[in-house]
Amino acid sequence: MNILVCIKHVPDTETRVKITPGGKALDFTDANFVVNPYDEFAVEAGLQLKEKKGTGEVTVLTVGGEDAMKSLRQALAMGADKAVLCSDGAFEGSDAWGVARVLAAAARRLPFDVVFCGKHGVGDDNQQVGSLLAALLGVPAVTVVTGLDFDEAGAVRCKREVEGGTEVVRAALPAVVTCQKGLNEPRYPSLKGIMAAKKKEVATFRAADLGLDPASVGRAAAAFVLREYELPPPRPAGRVLAGEVDQQVRELVRLLREEAKVI
Amino acid sequence: MASKFKGVDYYRLDDLLTDEQKMVRETVRGWVDERVLPIIAKHYQEGTFPRHLVAEMAELGLFGATLPEEYGCAGLDSIAYGLINQELERGDSAVRSFASVQSALVMYPIFTYGSEAQKRRWLPKMAKGEAVGCFGLTEPDAGSDPGSMTTRAVRDGKDWVLNGAKMWITNGTIADVAVVWARSDGGFLGFLVEKGIPGFSAPEMKGKLSLRASVTSELVFEDARVPDSSRLPGAKGLAAPLSCLNQARYGIAWGGVGAAMACYDEALRYAKERVMFDGPIGRFQLVQDKLVRMLADITQGQLLVWRLGQMKDAGTLRHQQVSLAKMQCVAMAREAARNARDILGANGILDEYGAMRHMHNLESVYTYEGTHDIHKLVVGGDITGFEAFRAPVKPAGG
Repeated sequence: MNILVCIKHVPDTETRVKITPGGKALDFTDANFVVNPYDEFAVEAGLQLKEKKGTGEVTVLTVGGEDAMKSLRQALAMGADKAVLCSDGAFEGSDAWGVARVLAAAARRLPFDVVFCGKHGVGDDNQQVGSLLAALLGVPAVTVVTGLDFDEAGAVRCKREVEGGTEVVRAALPAVVTCQKGLNEPRYPSLKGIMAAKKKEVATFRAADLGLDPASVGRAAAAFVLREYELPPPRPAGRVLAGEVDQQVRELVRLLREEAKVI
Repeated sequence: MASKFKGVDYYRLDDLLTDEQKMVRETVRGWVDERVLPIIAKHYQEGTFPRHLVAEMAELGLFGATLPEEYGCAGLDSIAYGLINQELERGDSAVRSFASVQSALVMYPIFTYGSEAQKRRWLPKMAKGEAVGCFGLTEPDAGSDPGSMTTRAVRDGKDWVLNGAKMWITNGTIADVAVVWARSDGGFLGFLVEKGIPGFSAPEMKGKLSLRASVTSELVFEDARVPDSSRLPGAKGLAAPLSCLNQARYGIAWGGVGAAMACYDEALRYAKERVMFDGPIGRFQLVQDKLVRMLADITQGQLLVWRLGQMKDAGTLRHQQVSLAKMQCVAMAREAARNARDILGANGILDEYGAMRHMHNLESVYTYEGTHDIHKLVVGGDITGFEAFRAPVKPAGG
């Protein structure tokens, strides 16, 4: 079974966001970049599927700069077999659509039976790439999946948490599955895995390798235009009520009713 | 859960590390946060070793991590190995001690002094955590001076007969194999003694107020008979066990940095949050003084052990340099633990904080694997030419 896993190199979720002067971009000078946490579930899903089938190959795929190699190596250290970095100046400034186009072009050049993605990237939180990729590839998409089971008939049964219950979806392969927390427990890369990752193959695809017109991706093709970043307003100082407990309670209820309007 | 440990790196020393070294550290760091820190206080209080962690450490590849792949090991460089020790000791000295003994004091001598059959038999099993090892050198009356040991090995046909007792042996009671050092008519020898053979027992020592989550034992030999094939053929004289200790001390120096980091991180968070006199205590000069001293010491320690690792891999490392690092880093950590406990005030004596646990553990670490003072005298002897604990004293160059 050939398994593709799409990952994204994102700032650690504990990064304190800084905005560059002018508000057009974020300053990541001191940020630590990691594999998008939801993509770790996707890598783990790929590895478990390969282990269960006893055969196949897990290829991790990302769109990004040379620095994204760090995340690819992490996935290789966890046990993925191969990695592909889609990197080209033309890809810069891509919105979710642009990224999906690049990934789809790469996926068409690789054999795959299933594609795993994280349910969303914690960088921009758009939750779009997985679905767009499936649409571009013309295969089913099952999103936000918390349980997986591959049957012998060449289909996948996925569990999705929906309001008040669990939905089970069956999709014919090949398909794109986006992974949600709870699907599995991503493994740590073992030290042997880390050493082995150094020797694994990482291919780099440029726009030309993928047959992509530079005007169809990147900033030029983005439908989504980022106008400005701003930080949320600082939280106002808390209020401390004075007086006897009875008075405080009455005052608190009044404020909740009249000012906060929550009761 | 409180926010994750982010490391202490005031001088961007991460720039000195390779991607693999950083990945190894992150793996061990994440594992320690998730698997060690939530349970260690309980084990410490109850005086039990968290044995279920052995298989997990093996799965990660932490045992014998610098040994080659052909024996089931990861083949890491010395700095990556050091970072493992740093992170383990950030969790607890007991966990680092277990891994140090398994790796540096048992797998290392088997790899270095063992026969090919001994290596094939033990190393892959020990890497997988299926066999636990211990190292028997110290005796009740032979600590800093191992040459005064009284455990004897006497040749009897194809066998050796061992008599004597070892003390302060980490992992002793849970070990499947003990590397045991004994004097013989032909000098000091090393043996691989298996658990359960007649005449060999390993009772656990009780009553420790330090390293409570670690198993510490006696090894008792009463006419314990082992075949000559269990002797480490390459080990000749005391240089062999001392070379093992040198490996372990290297890791301990890194471990000291890790324990100090844990204490500093905890004290810094506390100082920023704990409010007294209408504001965080971190604004007080006396608190800042302690925090800055910890940070300065940790930063120096980090550079020291990083350089030590470089020299180790270059093959230029001298054992006196390891002595200086073990001495310095553990003393620094011991000081940091005290200062952290101080900043934490009364809360510092509770087991929900790590400072006092580290403080107690470090009392052992300060003394084991060559006491602080012995290492000082090793370095003192090296720079003056006068070896303080070897008689007779002659003038330098005389």
